[in-house]
Amino acid sequence: MQRLFLSLLAGALFGTGLLVSGMTDTTKVQGWLDVFGKWDPTLAFVMGGAIVPMFFAWRLTRGRSPLVGGSFPSVPRPQMDHRLITGSVLFGMGWGLAGLCPGPAIASLSYNGIGGLIFLAAMLLGMLAAPKAGRQLDRLATNV
Amino acid sequence: METDWIWGLVGGGLIGLGGAVFLLGNGRIMGASGILGGLVDGSGWHNAAERLVFLLGVIAMPVLLLPYYEGEIGTHMTSNTVVIIIAGLLVGLGTRIANGCTSGHGVCGISRLSLRGIVATVFYILAGGLTIAMMRHVLGVI
Repeated sequence: MQRLFLSLLAGALFGTGLLVSGMTDTTKVQGWLDVFGKWDPTLAFVMGGAIVPMFFAWRLTRGRSPLVGGSFPSVPRPQMDHRLITGSVLFGMGWGLAGLCPGPAIASLSYNGIGGLIFLAAMLLGMLAAPKAGRQLDRLATNV
Repeated sequence: METDWIWGLVGGGLIGLGGAVFLLGNGRIMGASGILGGLVDGSGWHNAAERLVFLLGVIAMPVLLLPYYEGEIGTHMTSNTVVIIIAGLLVGLGTRIANGCTSGHGVCGISRLSLRGIVATVFYILAGGLTIAMMRHVLGVI
């Protein structure tokens, strides 16, 4: 029960932050990426504002356990594989095209009209196809 | 507007606070694509309730706050359905292959000084910037 409450609280903070910061406005996101047009630095402030509390949160994890028990996520091996790079490039292309990433796509569902639902449906489809596409990518990478 | 950066900082702080609650409380990394994607491909069905409740919070807060919002609120997303579908597919596919998006790799990864998070963020920002440059200034599609 405590786990669910904390999860709801985290989601509520995340959703509020996305709305308040303006990150569900695709013109602001595309404006940040559009260095040859009317550049909008807002996203950098959002990132900075979010990284500061998270930086201290990570420091607080040292020598402790999560409130509900269990353990903190282990540090992944600092490995730069083809999945990380290819996936990030694909994601960046879609992010630039529509100005939406997964968080804001969910947060804006109530005011993004039919287009928002179409984007969500396509995104879920992409997520569904990802495990298979990832395995194909692995095969491609070993053959190169 | 000149106050945009202040709201950016405030909103960003709330996002970071959400991430801190999820990490210190539940011991989990707050990544939107991972939380949603795990429900889609079945890899996260063992803790589906935690994920669904999180998503409920994300969707519900704007619904609750919108009546009190002054001025207009909108996503100003393109109305070009083909662009929307291609973008959605790329975002879904890419974030799950890379195992993270702006919140997971960006916020949670960079704040942990994770090399993978930093590299992912550099690549998706570069790819996004090139896409905008190409599609807006060269081809004039968006």
